[in-house]
Amino acid sequence: MTDEDESVGVPAPDGDTALIETDYNIGQDNVEGSVGPLGFDIHNPVFVISGVSVVAFVLFTLLMPETSGDLFSWLFNEVTQGFDWFFIASANIFVLFCIVLIFTPYGSVRLGGTEATPDYTYTGWFAMLFAAGMGIGLMFYGVSEPLTHFSTASSGEAYGVVYGGDELEDDAFPPGFTSREQFDEVEALTAVSPDAVNAALDDAVPADARGNFTATDARTDWSPLSGAANNSDEAVRLGMAATIFHWGLHPWAIYAVVALSLALFTYNKGLPLTIRSAFYPIFGDRVWGWPGHIIDTLAVFATLFGLATSLGLGATQANAGLFELFGIPVGNTTEVILICCITGVALVSVLRGLDGGVKLLSELNMGLAFLLLLFVLFVGPTVTLLSGFVSSLGAYAEYLPELANPFGRGDVNFRQGWTSFYWAWWISWSPFVGMFIARVSRGRTVREFIICVLLIPSLVCVFWMSVFGGTAIHQVLSDGYTAAQEADLPIQLFRMLDALPLASITSLIGIVLVIVFFVTSSDSGSLVIDTITAGGKVDAPVPQRVFWCVFEGAVAIVLLLSAGGLNSLQSMVISTGLPFTVVLLLMCYAIVRGLSSERRI
Amino acid sequence: MFSHIMVPVDLSHAAAMAPAVKAASDLAHANDARITYVGVTTAEPSSVARTPEEFGRKLAAFAEEHGDGLSVDSRAITSHDPTSDLDRKLLDAAKEMGADLVVMVTHHPNLADRIWSGHGGDIAAHADMSVLLLRS
Repeated sequence: MTDEDESVGVPAPDGDTALIETDYNIGQDNVEGSVGPLGFDIHNPVFVISGVSVVAFVLFTLLMPETSGDLFSWLFNEVTQGFDWFFIASANIFVLFCIVLIFTPYGSVRLGGTEATPDYTYTGWFAMLFAAGMGIGLMFYGVSEPLTHFSTASSGEAYGVVYGGDELEDDAFPPGFTSREQFDEVEALTAVSPDAVNAALDDAVPADARGNFTATDARTDWSPLSGAANNSDEAVRLGMAATIFHWGLHPWAIYAVVALSLALFTYNKGLPLTIRSAFYPIFGDRVWGWPGHIIDTLAVFATLFGLATSLGLGATQANAGLFELFGIPVGNTTEVILICCITGVALVSVLRGLDGGVKLLSELNMGLAFLLLLFVLFVGPTVTLLSGFVSSLGAYAEYLPELANPFGRGDVNFRQGWTSFYWAWWISWSPFVGMFIARVSRGRTVREFIICVLLIPSLVCVFWMSVFGGTAIHQVLSDGYTAAQEADLPIQLFRMLDALPLASITSLIGIVLVIVFFVTSSDSGSLVIDTITAGGKVDAPVPQRVFWCVFEGAVAIVLLLSAGGLNSLQSMVISTGLPFTVVLLLMCYAIVRGLSSERRI
Repeated sequence: MFSHIMVPVDLSHAAAMAPAVKAASDLAHANDARITYVGVTTAEPSSVARTPEEFGRKLAAFAEEHGDGLSVDSRAITSHDPTSDLDRKLLDAAKEMGADLVVMVTHHPNLADRIWSGHGGDIAAHADMSVLLLRS
């Protein structure tokens, strides 16, 4: 029996707020019981739908690797090509929305009521923001992304060749050609414009076969915007601007929107800590029914696949690092073992809870990351890096309007393969990071919250990218050291560190960081999914946390092993990110509705 | 023998607390001791209360209802993550208020207790003062 029936009358939190009057009691749709000795307290049907779907998904991918691989790549192409404009435009809306909030009177609303005081110090708060929000990505892309954009930008625009003739057998070649090699060479032609491609085709293709070859309409290069061919200074600036674009204001604005709406509706409105609560102003009490079930289930999917992608990236990078340092073979076996061990550590952290596990690891992680950052900064080309930081910020400001433009752009591959993938990734992470940020942000004002969640992390990310990417680019330009540039993405960080002193120590720290980031993402993710599937209860029984923590690892393993490998992970992220973008847009409206009834301090 | 008895209560299962309340009251009468009812809640809305303040009021009402002519008090503790912090928070509270006996209900031990011990078992294992566990 519970004494829920006594829950009448709604008192105010600390000081003034406008609690929402609703007859809903937290946990009223929950099912409590036990399976054998293990107790549970779950929300029906959110837990059941998401739990069963995840298990079904894991089985489908394992049993039908070919079919699922094809399905994933089809999804990836459809969504990135058809909806890239939607991701880019929505992300812009989130940034503008946050910036406007800072300057409006709504900025002085305090989360948790006018008298609330912050639960965590700035240090603990930032550590958790970072560890949850960026985590492994900073390690994976810190060197590789600036370096990649710099390289592609240096090569500039390119168009390719489309062969429209009859399909050819392996060694066959069309009439007029003398060998298959000649045909392959023609097909691989690239040039800076369609006209130049056509001119090259005129020269290279025998006259009777010329009609079968045309230049591509779209660019085939991966450089951001128009690139910066033959201008390495500009290529550096463009490369850094493109990287910062992906790691700066936009991702943090996406997180801030979700986190703000959850914190507002939980602490000021007295609704359960679950995504659906943010939709109360839109759906009213129907939010406790199916519209809410769908929103929460979507959030669980988005979190699970977003996390699995990160875990997949983390495993490949930790594996690459272990190979560099100790010669441990790169392959599925090592990665699966890594995911299992790391999930085990995450499990311990989850059992120790928010303060005893997650916060502790986050702070440890931040400390280590900060040391590595300082090391690279001072051992690397310090002056170049510091001035690079300033000029990168300038480049970001200069290129931002073009990079953020959703329409009429020529850089197809960059826009679809990088930007819209990133936006989908951040968005699919947002329920998890947002909810986590909300949980540790009680007592802050809206203005303080947005400045701290949007501007400061963006600056830190810019600095991180400037130092790691800047060092790698400096190695290429000044020292002619191209080992990092030529390596695969997961190894680039370690190749960059190789060229600095004490490489074996710093590489080891790098691997430890990847692993701990991996753990902090996995444990905070489990807490969040557990809360959502328990209908907003933050005190659900322990076995549920264990279930989600283990399944995150399982999904990461299964997706890595499936035919598409990391591509399957990415296509699932993109596909769950798409519907959740709509959810986020609605959230912006709900935030305004919620804030307008609050008292400003 | 005892002067200050602490009784941890779970307001979401208020009825199940009866054995502990009864035993604590009897012991308090016999020893002329006072009782403090302790509850742990979260800053986030829960099934018991939508705010920590509401929880505090409900706990105070619970204590008053079971006053039984004794000197009773209540203390609400806010935890970031009660699933894992609960036992530590209770132990801290017991020490801080100088309780010399903790009376609480606990479930029958089962297989899961071999992995995660129940709250009662954990408190009994780590508390400096005496602990009386009652099977619910």
